[in-house]
Amino acid sequence: MHKFLIRSFVSSLVLLFTLTVAAVAKDVKAAFVYIGPTGDHGWTYQHDVGRKAVEAAGFKTTYVEGVPESADAERVLRQLANSGHDVIFTTSFGYMNPTNKVAKEFPNVKFEHATGYKREHPNVSTYAARFYEGRTILGTIAGTMTKSNIIGYVASFPIPEVIRGINSFTLAAQKVNPNIKTKIVWAFTWYDPGKEAEAAKALIDQGADVIAQHTDSTAIVQMAEKAGVYAFGQASDMDKFAPKAVLTSVENNWGPYYVDRVKAVANGTWSQKDTWHGIGDGMVVISDLDSQMPADLRSKVKKLQADLASGKVHSFTGPIYDQKGNLMVAEGKTADDGMLAGMMTYVKGVEGDIPK
Amino acid sequence: MIIDINFIGLIIASIMASAVPLILASCGELITERSGVLNLGVEGMMIIGAISGFALMTVTGSLIIAIFGAMLAGVLISTIFAFLTQTLITNHVATGLALTIFGIGISAMIGKNFVGIPGKEFPVLFEGLKDTIPLLGPILFGHSIVFYFAFALPFITSYFLKKTKIGLIVRAVGDSPESASNQGINVRLVRYACILYGGAMSGLAGAYLSMIYTPQWIENMTGGRGWIALALVVFSTWNPIKILIGAMIFGGLTIIQFHMQAIGVRIPVQFLTALPYIVTIIVLVVISRDSRKIRLSTPSSLGKSFHKDN
Repeated sequence: MHKFLIRSFVSSLVLLFTLTVAAVAKDVKAAFVYIGPTGDHGWTYQHDVGRKAVEAAGFKTTYVEGVPESADAERVLRQLANSGHDVIFTTSFGYMNPTNKVAKEFPNVKFEHATGYKREHPNVSTYAARFYEGRTILGTIAGTMTKSNIIGYVASFPIPEVIRGINSFTLAAQKVNPNIKTKIVWAFTWYDPGKEAEAAKALIDQGADVIAQHTDSTAIVQMAEKAGVYAFGQASDMDKFAPKAVLTSVENNWGPYYVDRVKAVANGTWSQKDTWHGIGDGMVVISDLDSQMPADLRSKVKKLQADLASGKVHSFTGPIYDQKGNLMVAEGKTADDGMLAGMMTYVKGVEGDIPK
Repeated sequence: MIIDINFIGLIIASIMASAVPLILASCGELITERSGVLNLGVEGMMIIGAISGFALMTVTGSLIIAIFGAMLAGVLISTIFAFLTQTLITNHVATGLALTIFGIGISAMIGKNFVGIPGKEFPVLFEGLKDTIPLLGPILFGHSIVFYFAFALPFITSYFLKKTKIGLIVRAVGDSPESASNQGINVRLVRYACILYGGAMSGLAGAYLSMIYTPQWIENMTGGRGWIALALVVFSTWNPIKILIGAMIFGGLTIIQFHMQAIGVRIPVQFLTALPYIVTIIVLVVISRDSRKIRLSTPSSLGKSFHKDN
């Protein structure tokens, strides 16, 4: 409750400020709506890096942070649309309905909704990143680097995005090392450094020597550093937080897409799109590979990266079985985007059940 | 799954490490409440301590300055609370809530420039002795100075309240400020001191999080631990030793549920996640059933403003 109060208070303050600053210039102006604070060094932080790229490209931008996925979001969107913004990026799944609702009221304003699938009006586009491609790389590295054959995975919430990541990671790890076990721990938070560190510690104490994460803070890689095991950075390059532990990071790189879309609005070429970009389009970036990895692994990873980018390799190539042994993807086939978007079953080799 | 004696030692050590911020903040708040002041601003004071410690560590490079600076920051922000509630006689609950909101806001503002900077390594004591004794080695050795202080604090607090004259004065002020005032005790001064002390401990608890436990700064990084610390004080019926027990159970269940998940115990994860909250409350309620003792340790004037007429 208190968080909600603070967020509403802060967002109204920011809005007030935004409204005063707005309504002056005539150039294309972009607005960004964030679920968290820009200081989370994770999801929102990376979107804000993207926003700064738009600024650097010469456009005016404004942002509102900590906007709850409720009626508040509608209010914020309406005010942004009213105050002369030409394109509005809503950067969380829960803004899906508010975005479409407000888009109907403002047909001249373009709306870009991240990670959603509803495009009910011609002025709504959706975009997302194929982070699972990055996790294929991480799985390959983890499967090769583990000595205990136990890989720990700190997960946030049981949603398709996270399940897809766990599956993609495990499939890749099994491919290079059929003996590995992926142990999953659900932290039920996107960022709470204390909890994340505790989850990682539990996995390490139980023998995991490589830790992957789908939560946002740097606490996990720091814990891995302390314990002398390997880990991977999430959302941004986390190498400087744990130089020995971090083998590589999967970075969220929204900048190029944002600049592209704002430019399209400026040129009048913007049209409705559903974008799902991966390594190939540079929306998912793999940071430098640590020199602790053997040279042949590094070149293997480089090649895999190139193949994922070109489409020669797909993260979900059959045969893929679920935990009960039922065929999910047939031999020689790849999972289609519809299946990926709604993925809510573990593949064979992942331990435990998905929390319901 | 390896269950050997050192593994149990490691788990207990992680439980103790996670209990540290709760013990520090709770023991500080306990003194504040025993003097009759209800300060709901623990979360705000903690987060201020967290950013102050981290910022000072980054800017000055000195861990000592950072730790004491964080405590001082806790003192400064609690001074605002003390001034409002004791001098201007505002409502404790409203002022405390405002303090938390203020703390979270201002820490985010100061913290803008400190996001994405790695923290420094905090020195640990007796690292070499860790492997000398099975089970007890990892529990007793290889921790930071703040860790040892936190585990001594409940006993010091208990001794202070029960056996020292100043402790008696604090309790007298919390039970009946009127009588204490008639005895010539400066109620306002005592309450000021207790509030500032609570602030210092909350600041230290925050600094432990941002400098030692997970050395980094991100917004809202205290994650509600201040509220848990507040709840611990009440459910422990203002008894520092029970705070220690409560904090250990809470930290313990959080960590054990992660272990149960990793082992693959088939219990709904949501239930496991809720377990620390439920069990801590049940245990503390059960061990605090003696109503005579509760009456003895509950500050009877808690949250009531004291206004000296003359």
